[in-house]
Amino acid sequence: MVKKGEWVRIHKNILEPSERAPQVPEDTKKVPLEMWDKGFLQADANLGDEVTIKTVTGRKETGTLIDVNPYYEHDFGKFVPEFLQISKQVREIVFGGDR
Amino acid sequence: MTNANDYNSVMSRKAEIMLKSVGIDYSKFESGSIAFDYEKMMRETGYSLEEMQQIQYSVGVGNTPILELKNLTELARKCAPAGKGARIFMKDEACNPSGSFKARRAANSVYHAKRLGFKGVVTATSGNYGAAVASQAAIAGLKCIVVQECYDSKGVGQPEIIEKARKCEALGAEVVQLTVGPELFYKFLLLLEETGYFNASLYTPFGIAGVETLGYEISMQFREKYGKDPDVVVCTNAGGGNLTGTARGLIKAGATSKLIAASVNLSGLHMASDGQFNKKSFTTGHTGFGMPFASWPDRSDVPRSAARPLRYMERYVTIAQGEVFYITEALASLEGLEKGPAGNTALAAAFSLAQELDQDQTIIVSETEYTGAGKHIQPQVSFAKENGIEVIFGDPCEEIPGKNIIFPSHPSLIKARDVDIVHMRKSLIKTAVSTYNVTPTEEDIAFLAEETNSNVEFVKEVLKTLL
Repeated sequence: MVKKGEWVRIHKNILEPSERAPQVPEDTKKVPLEMWDKGFLQADANLGDEVTIKTVTGRKETGTLIDVNPYYEHDFGKFVPEFLQISKQVREIVFGGDR
Repeated sequence: MTNANDYNSVMSRKAEIMLKSVGIDYSKFESGSIAFDYEKMMRETGYSLEEMQQIQYSVGVGNTPILELKNLTELARKCAPAGKGARIFMKDEACNPSGSFKARRAANSVYHAKRLGFKGVVTATSGNYGAAVASQAAIAGLKCIVVQECYDSKGVGQPEIIEKARKCEALGAEVVQLTVGPELFYKFLLLLEETGYFNASLYTPFGIAGVETLGYEISMQFREKYGKDPDVVVCTNAGGGNLTGTARGLIKAGATSKLIAASVNLSGLHMASDGQFNKKSFTTGHTGFGMPFASWPDRSDVPRSAARPLRYMERYVTIAQGEVFYITEALASLEGLEKGPAGNTALAAAFSLAQELDQDQTIIVSETEYTGAGKHIQPQVSFAKENGIEVIFGDPCEEIPGKNIIFPSHPSLIKARDVDIVHMRKSLIKTAVSTYNVTPTEEDIAFLAEETNSNVEFVKEVLKTLL
């Protein structure tokens, strides 16, 4: 159970494939236009329920409850060893020798 | 009465929603044919340079330092013919409050919104402009909504855009995230209608005029430090606002520096394709925006874009993704500076262009941007590998966007490649004639000559081929 007032993330489809703009490419036309937003939950609910939230601008938005206290997981990715090679090369060209 | 909210109904209300949310009656500048009075629009709806400087300095925007990249210049000289290799400089726009030059555009838009009495601002952008508007709105005490194109249909987001969402939220904005598609504009219109907020478009006269201070500062700072204007200014080009504003500021300073646009080459990738969305390693500053917006500026979210880059650019060059990554690494290793991808696009081009110039000449890149998780060469290339992109060393001229990233096996292989600018000029003229479906008047012909930085004879020649 997620309590009213908790900070949550919702999801909804705002255009179904049949409603998409005429100019979109074929692969995009096959999928819906999806939306995510965050806000304060307006009534107790469970994950997966249709809910209403109040966003930080005070707007009401509805959608499926998918997360509570959502957080970011983006990072610096996996190590890319090629950059070591580039670093070594440019330092050798500019400064010469073993830099 | 409740309005219908299906796609076509909302799009049919576009003009009405725009008028209310931008507060500009664009019809005042129209001739009724192809031509419109661009300078009148900039004069009557923009701000003077002095006003813009006051607005920006009062919120900590602008007056960013110019950095000379001596070691990178040395690297370019090692690759250049004898006597060639201009001094390379960079305007460190990452020092602005939100970490990019976009703070200049946002400062003016938000100031204008507040002056007109709007309670909040909405902007449609996946780029640095979102954070810039959020930052300025925070200072002004206005509410802010940023609408982003962020994910593909599998829910996989571009790391760079996710980082921008984080930053916007950190600055107090509501971020509405969408999957791929031009219908972002549909949601944007709905939000403007629902909230009655100001449309902080990237392409209004005040937004573009806000960048004029950048060009002006480049000239003033350069004169003070080096006694002359830079010979060449390179701008990373997407929607054309950076180049247009910088160029107009340089002109206001009386500078005659040559302006060169640079974009990452993403040819072959469709920008609205769900399947190709995560095959690219750059989310802006690329040809997918740069080429269409330069050859037809009035495709933006306002009736007449104030960003009209083809008026000002002398050359337009492209650079491969692998070349930008290489230069970004070189900037860290040789200059001790970590900067984000946008400015480094122009820097990679400048590295090559410097080799065409003499050693006593100067070339400056108009911007840098902040870097961090998601928005850095490490996650960008790591993400590319995860999406099946081959990452190799070789000749970047063989790079195929969406298939591979080729780091130059030697920096001498970094080459700015010229786009056929004459073709773009012709394309703009053709689109103008087909869009307005009229026989161009003398006024239209003069206008098209200005739009394409050409002359009346050129326009007339092109028009003959359309008969």
